[in-house]
Amino acid sequence: MKKFVAMLMVLAMVAAMFAGCGNAEKPAATEAPAASDAPAATEAPAADAPAADAPAADAPALKIGLTGPMTGPAAAYGLAVRAGMEVAVEEINAKGGLQIEFKSEDDEADGSDKAVSAYNSLKDWGMQMFAGAVTTGSSLAIAAETNADGIFMLTPSASAVDVAAPYDNVYQMCFTDPNQGASAAELMAAKWPEATIGVIYDSSDAYSTGIADGFLAKAAELSLNVAVSDAAFTADTKADLSTQVTKCKDAGCDLVFLPFYYTEASQVLTYANTIGYKPTFFGCDGMDGILTVEGFDTALAEGLVLMTPFDANASDEATASFVAKFKEKMDGLVPNQFAADGYDVIYAMYNACVAAGVDGSTAPADVCAAMQEQFAAMSVDGLTGKGMTWDEVGAISKAPAAVTISDGVYVPMG
Amino acid sequence: MKKILNNKTRRTNLMTYLLVIVTFGVMQSLSSAGMLGSSMKGFLVPICVYVSLAVSLNLLVGICGELSLGHAGFMGIGAFTGILVAALLKEKIPTDALRLLCAMGCGGLMAGVVGFLIGIPVLRLRGDYLAIVTLAFGEIMKNIIGNLYAGVDSEGFHMAISTSKMKMEAGAKYIINGPLGATGVQKIATFSMGFVLVMFTLFVVLNLVNSKEGRAIKAVRDNRIAAESVGINVTVFRMKAFVVSAFLAGMAGALFGLNYSSVTATKFNFNTSINILVFVVLGGMGNILGSVISATVLYVLPEAMRSLQDYRMILYAVVLILVMLFTWSPKVKEVTSVMSDKLVRIFRKKEVGTNE
Repeated sequence: MKKFVAMLMVLAMVAAMFAGCGNAEKPAATEAPAASDAPAATEAPAADAPAADAPAADAPALKIGLTGPMTGPAAAYGLAVRAGMEVAVEEINAKGGLQIEFKSEDDEADGSDKAVSAYNSLKDWGMQMFAGAVTTGSSLAIAAETNADGIFMLTPSASAVDVAAPYDNVYQMCFTDPNQGASAAELMAAKWPEATIGVIYDSSDAYSTGIADGFLAKAAELSLNVAVSDAAFTADTKADLSTQVTKCKDAGCDLVFLPFYYTEASQVLTYANTIGYKPTFFGCDGMDGILTVEGFDTALAEGLVLMTPFDANASDEATASFVAKFKEKMDGLVPNQFAADGYDVIYAMYNACVAAGVDGSTAPADVCAAMQEQFAAMSVDGLTGKGMTWDEVGAISKAPAAVTISDGVYVPMG
Repeated sequence: MKKILNNKTRRTNLMTYLLVIVTFGVMQSLSSAGMLGSSMKGFLVPICVYVSLAVSLNLLVGICGELSLGHAGFMGIGAFTGILVAALLKEKIPTDALRLLCAMGCGGLMAGVVGFLIGIPVLRLRGDYLAIVTLAFGEIMKNIIGNLYAGVDSEGFHMAISTSKMKMEAGAKYIINGPLGATGVQKIATFSMGFVLVMFTLFVVLNLVNSKEGRAIKAVRDNRIAAESVGINVTVFRMKAFVVSAFLAGMAGALFGLNYSSVTATKFNFNTSINILVFVVLGGMGNILGSVISATVLYVLPEAMRSLQDYRMILYAVVLILVMLFTWSPKVKEVTSVMSDKLVRIFRKKEVGTNE
């Protein structure tokens, strides 16, 4: 009997969960499920629907889909991109005119079957343009699918060269990894030509390895003094990075390049501090977020240089309004460059659609052709750069920006 | 016919084959009639892969009684070997299906050989050593493949464990590119080949289980000392089960790798191994038909719950717990056995009726 009661309780819990999900989802859905409602209830929405979205009545909404890690260890990136995109979609839909219907699916940052099935479920939903995927691995798997299906793809944050280069329908909003490594080397050559440089990177991560390879190639070309280039770690050994830091210290490096994400970087900074090692640390766009790490003494990040296209403290109106809306959506979380990239992706797609006269009734293949034409010619001003353009392989060109952390805020490097 | 139906093992085996064949027929005709959505179509090949993996792991865990926590490692070896072979044979064998078969064969062989090598020291030991070693093995494989570079240029084939050792010409195409994994893979896997793989796996495993070897393997599982006392070489029979299981996992891995345009080494981690083990445990240890069904249902389940958005993984766990409670409850077991007996009786009466 006890068991039976326990089973009932579990069932009740499941039922409650279903109910909870249903409620949470409803406000997000833009299509009014009028047909399924009781006849008495349909009258009210029908009455105020024309007033609320009058312009949408004549043209169906444009369907844009996103896949990203919404669960699991990489969920922070997926959720940031999703919220950034939702802010953009809400702004656009409030303006009237062309409406956007946005849907996201969880790909668990997987590089094969889960990513493809997340994409497939968006395809079944009727997606016209694909605004993902968030992670490089998923994007690699999905890019070939979008190419076969003729669906336009603009990824906010998948930065490997192989994502966009082989396919003419795939574009990137972020720098490619080798380009970012090369610009880091150029910046170092300009600012610290005499420095002894150490590189620590994650050899199990495509992003980190890509930047490190691009950096080392460019550094050799510029004849920078790279003393340590083999201080690598993997995802399994990232809990302790003391060996790599000590290696740089022993080699006398006074500039340490950290091309990986901020959680690992916070460990490097903390450990360097405990052994009294104080070189200049130099990070990439993955470093954006270091000031938000829980339990990390942000004083240690003073003087840290990072290359980021987005600064949440920037005073311009567009950034300020985005940051305010994002914080409201995400319980006060400060947006990072992932969120800003997501926001820019939606606006780049929207601008191109308006220019090309594409709406919800256009077939995905025609949307793709129109988008390729637009993206070859247009230039976008967004949160992550002004006058952004795309080259023929779909890689973005925007000015690399570097900031120094001073008194807990980003200060643009002159 | 009557003879087959009167023997319980033969009856279940026949049912297993029939189920797979009928499901394949239905899905294939639905697919060619254009009645399947993209999601459903996308599930077909991975379901075949996971069914084969579950059945092959069941041979090891259920029939042989050895716990393996590194099945995904064999799958990964098979996947990357298969991708390499398929890429290298592209000019020599232009037929996709034939190349796929070659790739699967090589993937299986490679996994089988590696399984044999690690089996030599480990299978001589008693206790849970195999679980520990296979766990470590899976992680080692993931890290090796994650740092592996391979490619072809005008000078031939290159393979190295770091970029600096790769003496590739500039602009040459990498087949396996370190942490990026294998990218730009030509997708040649088909549902028909998946079906062939599942049938082959079932054929090998079911025949092995019901053979002299199979009885010896089961004897080793049930009582090692008794088995030894009647002259069964324990290590040899455990090795047979282990290598066959690795070989089949390698074949399934090759099919998996060639079904996607990119595969990363991190896919073949501990989580995937555990996932396959969950299919086996929930389907029933030693129950092949159960593995087939549970792998299919549990693979599709989290995908089918996509409408629940961020809650689906929690619900997946809840479903696993419920299934576990439900299928192991003695009352449910009683009810299902009574039901199946009744079904068999009805079926038999009909058989008798038609024959006489």
